[in-house]
Amino acid sequence: MEVSNKKDQNLVSIENLTFYRGNRKIFDDISLNFQRGKVTAIMGPSGTGKTTLLKLIGGQLVPDRGTVLVDNKNVHQLTRAELFILRKRMGMLFQSGALLTDINVFDNVAFPIREHTKISESMIRTIVLMKLESVGLRGASKLMPNELSGGMARRIALARAISLDPMMIMYDEPFSGQDPISLGTLVKLIKELNSALKITSIIVSHDVQDTARIADYIYVLSGGKIVGEGTPDQLKNDSSKFVKQFFKGEADGPVQFHYPAKDYHQDIFES
Amino acid sequence: MICFFEKIGKKTLASFSKLGRATFFLIQVIKACLSVFLRPKLLLAQLYSIGVLSFMIITISGLFVGMVLGLQGFYILSDFGAEETLGLMVAASLVRELGPVISALLFAGRAGSALTAEIGLMKTTEQLSGMEMMAVDPIKRVIAPRFLAGFISMPILTTLFSSIGVIGGQIVGVIILGVDEGSYWSQMQANIDFQGDIINGVIKSIVFGVVISWIALFEGYDTIPTSEGVSRATTRTVVNSAFAILGLDFILTALMFGDI
Ligand SMILES: Nc1ncnc2c1ncn2[C@@H]1O[C@H](COP(=O)(O)OP(=O)(O)OP(=O)(O)O)[C@@H](O)[C@H]1O
Ligand SMILES: [Mg+2]
Repeated sequence: MEVSNKKDQNLVSIENLTFYRGNRKIFDDISLNFQRGKVTAIMGPSGTGKTTLLKLIGGQLVPDRGTVLVDNKNVHQLTRAELFILRKRMGMLFQSGALLTDINVFDNVAFPIREHTKISESMIRTIVLMKLESVGLRGASKLMPNELSGGMARRIALARAISLDPMMIMYDEPFSGQDPISLGTLVKLIKELNSALKITSIIVSHDVQDTARIADYIYVLSGGKIVGEGTPDQLKNDSSKFVKQFFKGEADGPVQFHYPAKDYHQDIFES
Repeated sequence: MICFFEKIGKKTLASFSKLGRATFFLIQVIKACLSVFLRPKLLLAQLYSIGVLSFMIITISGLFVGMVLGLQGFYILSDFGAEETLGLMVAASLVRELGPVISALLFAGRAGSALTAEIGLMKTTEQLSGMEMMAVDPIKRVIAPRFLAGFISMPILTTLFSSIGVIGGQIVGVIILGVDEGSYWSQMQANIDFQGDIINGVIKSIVFGVVISWIALFEGYDTIPTSEGVSRATTRTVVNSAFAILGLDFILTALMFGDI
């Protein structure tokens, strides 16, 4: 009973995950849990594999070892059809937006609705305009994706990710490229989606301040390992060197700013 | 030396694995084709951009090729006093060989390269993986309609090419060089065999349509997601299609017309 309760608490749970890109180990036996209805953040330096982790959760990449459970289903053992059924309930906001470039903003947001439901066009119009309104871009509905700025494209992508009212949303860097005003709106929107609709949120970010404002729980990844975890307050007072360095933004410390390389001087003077 | 053999080995392995992926891709696409008929709008849009937009280049090229055939044919045939068979010569060359082959080469350059670039860019900008995450199968939604459109367009474009070519031959042979109009058409009618010539030409064009669409879509889908990757894939589409068309044409001709 105890066990099943605990299982039900987690919408996503990752157990003993190991993943390689070629010979490089991106994840080394990590385990993470994402509780239902909570905002969980994954933080870590650029290139640690945050985007990779989201792709593993979404079933686009296959782990070398370990399991990924979403809603108690092992993502990598589902058939393609079952995986697609699951994905209809998972929204994902790509780092690049990944909008379809041959159709306009309105059709982009309407795309998942048209693909997966038989809702009438007038109803679709209402839904799409509502979603666009919530990201503050209803006025941009007739623009083509190439006419949007990077930050706008990402907000449209968010509107698209929530168009089918998913049970969870994975946000890849939602804050980068946003001005302070739209950033505030975004933070509020993510909070609202989470509290009003009980949507479980997974946020990938390296923006310490904004993430700490909305996250219930934070994992800090580095070098393929989890180097710190806890609520924002716990992490702020964390004594571990890794976490301190990351939260203070210092270049020197246990977390390497540099991509693994041979000695700098040796490299330069070699030739 | 060892390095050299190692390279050959690696290249061979790589091309076999690519061939494997391409075959698997084709099977998936063919399976997905059934679902396209449930969504005719997707197919219509592709028939327009792949087929209709190729009409111009096919028509103009067909006209000129027919005119050249009329001219060359007239000079050679008139040496033997056989100008009346000009219509037959023009039509036979077009229907059997030049129609299917040249339209396929043009189609690969016009539509095939565009397909590769389009799909390759969709992959590079994560649109395909975005679709997958929205539980939309890109093979069904994006690839299959384009494949079917290529399959349907090619025989139609080839027929157009050959018909316009025959008219081009007539313009030069009959109107300009004065071959008798009656014999131009009657020789053609009497000697072009529906089964042996026309159907075989159509079969060739269908084979070419499938092969070009397959190569173009696979190259786009399998591209390395960078701008250089897309540009290389586009080049490969045109080059590989040309090889495939010419090679297959020889094989098909041998099977259809030869006694091999
Ligand atoms: N297609 C790929 N092939 C090989 N290696 C890759 C590929 N994609 C990513 N990587 C490697 O995997 C590592 C993790 O990449 P990922 O995109 O997950 O980083 P990230 O944590 O999201 O970084 P950022 O914060 O900059 O977005 C990187 O070091 C990168 O070199
Ligand atoms: Mg990333």
